[in-house]
Amino acid sequence: MTAEQLYGLCGAGLVGLGLFGLITAELPLRRIVAFNLLGGGAFVVFGVIARRGAAAGLGGDPVPQALIITGVVVGFAATALAVTLVRRLHEETGTTKFDQDELPPETVKLSDATLSGGNP
Amino acid sequence: MLQAGGSLLVLALMLPVIGILLIMSLDARHTGKIALALMPAGLAVALAIAARVWTTQAGLEYFIGGWAPPLGVALRADGISAVMLVTTSVVIGAAGLFARAEFRQPDNQPEARAPLMFWLLLLGIWAGLNAVFLGGDLFNLYVALEMLTFAAVPLVCLSGKAETLAAALRYLLFALLGSALYLLGAVLLFGAYGTLDIALLAARIAAQANMASPVWPLALWVALALMTVGLLAKTALFPLHLWLPPAHSGAPAAASAVLSALVVKASFFLIVRLWFGMLPGLTPWLGAQLLAALGAAAILFGSVLALRQARLKLLVAYSTVAQIGYLFFVFPLAANPAASTASAALAWTGGWMQLVSHALAKAAMFMAAGLIAETLGHDRIAGLGGVARVVPITVIAFALAGASLMGLPPSGGFVAKLLLLSAAVSQGLWFWAVVMLLGGLLAGGYLFRVLSPALGPLPAGWTPAARIPRDRQAVALVLALGAVLLGFAPLKSYDLLQFGRPAIAGAVTR
Repeated sequence: MTAEQLYGLCGAGLVGLGLFGLITAELPLRRIVAFNLLGGGAFVVFGVIARRGAAAGLGGDPVPQALIITGVVVGFAATALAVTLVRRLHEETGTTKFDQDELPPETVKLSDATLSGGNP
Repeated sequence: MLQAGGSLLVLALMLPVIGILLIMSLDARHTGKIALALMPAGLAVALAIAARVWTTQAGLEYFIGGWAPPLGVALRADGISAVMLVTTSVVIGAAGLFARAEFRQPDNQPEARAPLMFWLLLLGIWAGLNAVFLGGDLFNLYVALEMLTFAAVPLVCLSGKAETLAAALRYLLFALLGSALYLLGAVLLFGAYGTLDIALLAARIAAQANMASPVWPLALWVALALMTVGLLAKTALFPLHLWLPPAHSGAPAAASAVLSALVVKASFFLIVRLWFGMLPGLTPWLGAQLLAALGAAAILFGSVLALRQARLKLLVAYSTVAQIGYLFFVFPLAANPAASTASAALAWTGGWMQLVSHALAKAAMFMAAGLIAETLGHDRIAGLGGVARVVPITVIAFALAGASLMGLPPSGGFVAKLLLLSAAVSQGLWFWAVVMLLGGLLAGGYLFRVLSPALGPLPAGWTPAARIPRDRQAVALVLALGAVLLGFAPLKSYDLLQFGRPAIAGAVTR
């Protein structure tokens, strides 16, 4: 196995872990970490692609490297925004959980939703 | 290379950003005025771009810094970009006028935070939308999408209430999942084709298709699937719609209008760019049918849930879930390998008509719902009795917008659904036509649930919670009228949607 393949598989593994966490985790903070894993996996894959594209005496294609830096900054901003929201939610409600299976509030039964039902 | 008219594209990107910088650096009292002053300018630029695309009958292109792709980054505007730019500046301008009184900086007091954030974020959304509609580079589009998300999420929780914070967090997590999948797909495409420019990708993929026995890299289809699913999460297509109703119903009315009318459409626009722009004539047929099936499920599910809501703003939000579904009929109907070019063009036009008429109608509807909630002090549908006697203009706006959503002639929604319907029937895909008709019926049902009590008598001893100025009601009415009058647009003007787009009919079966 070449180094590139190893790195590529690592990236794919990170993507899988992140995706699993983002979908199944209950705490928002865990989901935020999972998002970072997923993003990190994508960047590792991009790094391998840069390495594969190495030419003209360079160790790697410089375009992906520049884009990874930008992506890291965007991911950082996203994480900061998400963590701020979690903190504010904690300040307001004393918990960082939000109910996963929260029903849309105050739904009415179809049979009650008659045309004249709104009149007091 | 500075193409004639190309600098207009730069101007469209820069105007909102100039506004943000001015607001940051000038006295807070001018916040709203600066934003509002820029909106007519933005509309003028969008109209100029549309006029240029119309007269040249081709797309505009601008290479940033004079560097052509693959080295540089291109901005491109074709017919659909021009239409989206104009729609965006109209809806953003209306939202600005609507919010002028609500988010005014108080006189002779230290600057308030909510107005400052509202105007900054509104301009941020505008900048993000324009960047999405003009972007020609997949990575640039990723940054534009993120910019849009970062501006849209805080708008949801502007009131700072716990439930809006939870809604914003849920929205952000869905959006981040979407952008991570999109980024991964873009990375795989770069690995397979060595460029991120959509036009270059399309050329390289087409060159491959023209070979005697094309060997498709697995990466292409994996990337397309990843990016599509990611963008679907941001578009809130069923079953990834869970975040939309709480987020859109919790935001201030002007913000809900922009979020529902425009922000969810930006990611839909990108899916179309990928499926039709990057893979001209190669659209995977099964995938297109799957998207339409999800759209059909969205129409039925969203409409039934809208029918069951007890609150007006949630009803309007679920109606957005349903109306988004119609957009996805474009994929099988405009890319049907068996369809004639004329029939595919009908579906293409119908899809964009649906997008624009829904944008105008839904913005009007959210504004009307916000005004009704203000005047009653609540938005329970059971307590709407007689509201039409208090704010008649608002209820007329709501009804007109509703007529377009139901697809009543002569509204824009009617023309859109008629075009999609006739394309579906002429291509033998009648089951999609059945869903469209059912969706119209259900929309009629949930709108009558609102209008019937609203037109009834006022309860005795009722006093309004707030007086609603006429000009705010007029903004909603003008948008709703726009949605209706769209149905009167001359047939010739539909040609704009076709300019600069790759040939779409004729997909490969896969």
